Amino acid sequence: MGEAIERYVPDGATVAMGTALEPLIPFAAGHEMIRQGRRDLELVGPISDSLFDQLIGAGCVRRVTAAWVGNVSEGLGHCYRRACEHGVPRSLEVNDHSNFSISLALWAAAWNVPSLPTRTLLGSDILRTNPGLAVAGDLVQVNAVQPDVAIVHVQRADQLGRAHAWGPLGISEEAGLAAERVIVSCEELVDASVTLSDPNRILFPETKVVAVVHELGGAHPSPVQGFFSRDHAFYRDYAERSRTAEGFESWLREWVLEVKDRASYLGRLDMESLRIKSHRPSAPADFGDD
Amino acid sequence: MTTDYTPQELMVAVASREIRDGDTVFVGMRLPVLAYAVAQSSHAPSARGLFEVGLMRSRPAEKFLGTMGDPPNVVGALWATRMSNAMALMAQGHVDLGFIGGAEVDRFGNLNTSYVGDPQKPKVKLPGSGGGADIAILSRRWVTLMSHERRRLVDRVSFVTSPGYGDGSPGWRRRNGLLGGGPSAIVTTLGVLRFPDDGGEAFLATVHPGHTVEDVLAETGWPLQVADHVSETSAPTDSELTAIRHFDPQGFWTRA
Repeated sequence: MGEAIERYVPDGATVAMGTALEPLIPFAAGHEMIRQGRRDLELVGPISDSLFDQLIGAGCVRRVTAAWVGNVSEGLGHCYRRACEHGVPRSLEVNDHSNFSISLALWAAAWNVPSLPTRTLLGSDILRTNPGLAVAGDLVQVNAVQPDVAIVHVQRADQLGRAHAWGPLGISEEAGLAAERVIVSCEELVDASVTLSDPNRILFPETKVVAVVHELGGAHPSPVQGFFSRDHAFYRDYAERSRTAEGFESWLREWVLEVKDRASYLGRLDMESLRIKSHRPSAPADFGDD
Repeated sequence: MTTDYTPQELMVAVASREIRDGDTVFVGMRLPVLAYAVAQSSHAPSARGLFEVGLMRSRPAEKFLGTMGDPPNVVGALWATRMSNAMALMAQGHVDLGFIGGAEVDRFGNLNTSYVGDPQKPKVKLPGSGGGADIAILSRRWVTLMSHERRRLVDRVSFVTSPGYGDGSPGWRRRNGLLGGGPSAIVTTLGVLRFPDDGGEAFLATVHPGHTVEDVLAETGWPLQVADHVSETSAPTDSELTAIRHFDPQGFWTRA
């Protein structure tokens, strides 16, 4: 992970993450950016369940282009508040979106058009604060948003970047297609015979994927269908400790800065209690051709 | 009939009664997840739930949900897909009812979940729209749930994240091109506010047991109109409470 972030996420990059909404959030990648001291990032996403809040609190972020930043089960994002209200640890530019419009902004970039029309956001003041949205007649034009890199966590991938994800996908496909490049982290690194046995399940063309990182538990505390449940208590603890800047600093030291890598992070947790034990494999699809 | 229930349990029961059998419901998060579960397992067995994460269901998840994206919400789903597909259905007018959480609501049902104060220098930065603005604009009708406090029920919100009836003038939504019908109820910890059939300004329709009209007026930030025959909200029934406690066994949402 360290190498992937170092090579493909430079300072100032526009980074799409958390694109499946509450599940499959690439926390391990985000924590690595914090450890490497990334600066001036623009974060792109729909809702961000605490990960954007952590990157903002760590001072890595210049701009947020998103529909929602907070803690889904607990409420407000305290670092997001401090940055917007008091410029702590630094001031933040915000391009507000709705979930629908951020999806359209990424589809526009994916299809290489300057904007896409929609009927959502009419009558909303989001149109006043985001210069990338404009009313044209009885439609809203949503300007394209092109990430330099999209980072996704998935259940399994092969070494050549074919990523299989299942469950709800949120805006993962448009984020991957819109981005210049994609970093994949996965629970299981599998042989190409596994991924290619079900090409419908591959999220993006392999030509977009520049790095595959085998990162067990890389989405904790967010859930991974078939692998891990959501760690609600961890989100609650983060919400409580991040209420003050000092509390956040101590949380960050404990869970990010003084943690060498994902394996040592997981070593501090009872991952067994989160591991999903009742498995429900789908029926195989027959791709026979002759 | 038990009188032992929390304000959140009452809100869930009231919200569940807003769901009609056969509705497609854009569920959202928190209390509405429980409201859908209660409705589907009682008076609205054929109500479908649609979740912006990219899920459609015909029955509630069998285990506790902290978020709509928790693994139990995928088990038994009718459809697991991308978000833009769920939004497509709503854009076509196929969502009968949506639920939206709000930090502030005003007399015309506009919601603010973005900024308290000047957006350039906000007093409070709230998390943002999420799917709220989309639901407010595109679903056929919607309901919001909120703690009833003067600082939350304000005369006019300073920032309209999710539009209700705009400036309250007749036909505001139609004139501005909004497809859906607008808010039908504001369910609070003290009562239920509704709107005239053609939209406009909220009025107090029912008051929850144990509260008075005066309590409600004192906690509302504008001179709230009161229905001619304001009645008492029906308390949660035993079967509603049983369902709520089945789907929220630890009281994560309803006893915090």
